[in-house]
Amino acid sequence: MLERGEVANSWRHERWDSLRLLTPNWQSRLPGHHYEGPDPDGYLTMAEVTEFIERFAKVTGAPVRTGANVTSLRRTDDGYDVTTGRGEIRCRTVVIASGACNRPAVPHLAAAVPASVRQLTPFDYRGPSELPDGGVLVVGASATGVQLAAELRRSGRPVTIAVGEQVRMPRTYRGRDVLWWMDASGLWDQRYDEVDDLERARRLPSPQLVGTPERTTLDINALTAMGVEPVGRWAAVRDGRALFSGGLRNVFALADLKLERLLDTFDEWVRRAGRDADVAPPERLPPTRVPASTRLQLDLRRGEIATIVWATGFRPDYGWLDVPVLDEKGRLRHEGGVVDSPGLYALGLPVLRRRKSTFIYGIEDDAREVIDHLAEYLSARR
Amino acid sequence: MTTVANGVNVQALLEARDALKGAPEAAQFTWRASSKWQDGVHSTTTVRDFFGLGQEQSHKTESVFEADHPAVFAAEDNGITPIEYLLVGLAACLTAGVASVAQNRGIQLRSVESTVEGRHDIRGILGADSDVRNGFTDVKVTFTIDADASRQEIEALVAQSQKRSAVFDALTNPTDVTVDVA
Repeated sequence: MLERGEVANSWRHERWDSLRLLTPNWQSRLPGHHYEGPDPDGYLTMAEVTEFIERFAKVTGAPVRTGANVTSLRRTDDGYDVTTGRGEIRCRTVVIASGACNRPAVPHLAAAVPASVRQLTPFDYRGPSELPDGGVLVVGASATGVQLAAELRRSGRPVTIAVGEQVRMPRTYRGRDVLWWMDASGLWDQRYDEVDDLERARRLPSPQLVGTPERTTLDINALTAMGVEPVGRWAAVRDGRALFSGGLRNVFALADLKLERLLDTFDEWVRRAGRDADVAPPERLPPTRVPASTRLQLDLRRGEIATIVWATGFRPDYGWLDVPVLDEKGRLRHEGGVVDSPGLYALGLPVLRRRKSTFIYGIEDDAREVIDHLAEYLSARR
Repeated sequence: MTTVANGVNVQALLEARDALKGAPEAAQFTWRASSKWQDGVHSTTTVRDFFGLGQEQSHKTESVFEADHPAVFAAEDNGITPIEYLLVGLAACLTAGVASVAQNRGIQLRSVESTVEGRHDIRGILGADSDVRNGFTDVKVTFTIDADASRQEIEALVAQSQKRSAVFDALTNPTDVTVDVA
């Protein structure tokens, strides 16, 4: 088991200080190891996640080779050659478990931003104190974007958030964590070969959620109430001005409609499963409020915006992968984790085999099935 | 589901989508219009040919559009104003989207009507106030739809139609426009 840095490297070094898991503690569950603390409904801090994974490494006696950054993976006649920072390895099978969030994805727009404006990605961001004073433009309104916008607004800075398509979710619904519903209703177990539009499901932005002790909802309405100004999707830079889409109303409408359908699904499941006694009565969230007038442009040269935070998603990094298994968009070609090259496998990618594939809680079922395939592959060639 | 008859050949559109996924060059279209000044602010624009699927294409017939300004602008009113053509485009595009999405979702439409209002402060084009833009202040579209569907499903049709609309995108997002002298 090769680890480029230390165990739980990305949780230690590539996350901002205030981040907590989006999943409640009782969902922090790996085979033979689970959260046993006093607060099953809380959310682990990054230090706690690191500790949780470290303990799992110990409990399982995982043969982790740390400081072994993989710089090349090549196919040979009977397997693969792996070049690492700690030497070469020959093997018959490989599982790529390097994740989907190795690099922040920053759009080309960034190149047109005037040099006077500081630009940050979530990988550079630790907390508000490291930012210059002045306004912040947060680009993107998935989990990262809404969390950073809220934190920066609380630091006293004027914050504008550029919002494209988003996934709106309440933190709790009918008295239960929304991720309890995803799990209990079976939505999270929906398999990759049952999903209507798999490509879309795999591209879905992370939901507008935050893990806080207060279990608060952090949607656009919550941000607006704090004084964050939503604008449309950032479409272009012209003469030093950021131009935003005038389609904000519709991205709100789409998110509200999808949320409504999700809650309908939950309610229907409760009725069918006869679980009414376990949950509070149905509720509905107010629609996302559209500002009376939305700004269509912002002059980036005027000093109003001192910092831009790109919360525009993450990409995997396959720069080391010298096997032709990427599609035209640089994504790994795989069927439920079975990569398009004999003996090569993947784990921990969005909707790899189920909707829950990228959650700590979701890896177990995927891992069993992928490893079953791997074991069969090996035994057939013994 | 395929029993609904909104007159949209969704099957052909879905097949085209799949075919063009692997052939991005065939998906490149160029739409064209040719315009000729008549007199005053009156012009005539014709549309017939376009390029797509790798070759020149033509509409069944040529369409001719007169544009002018109304009498309150001290003009002859030989046709609608150019900015009104944008409303025509937006209404037509969103309506086509509603019909296509409804067909795809198995929703039978009985009637789809809409009104489009573009508010416009003409001090911009007159140069009377440099803080006022030339284009629309805002645009409001109101749909009245009668269909075999819940209100939520109808709202979803309209939202999805905006999401996939060429004209909605062209109006709400900036486009790089070059105007040359030949």
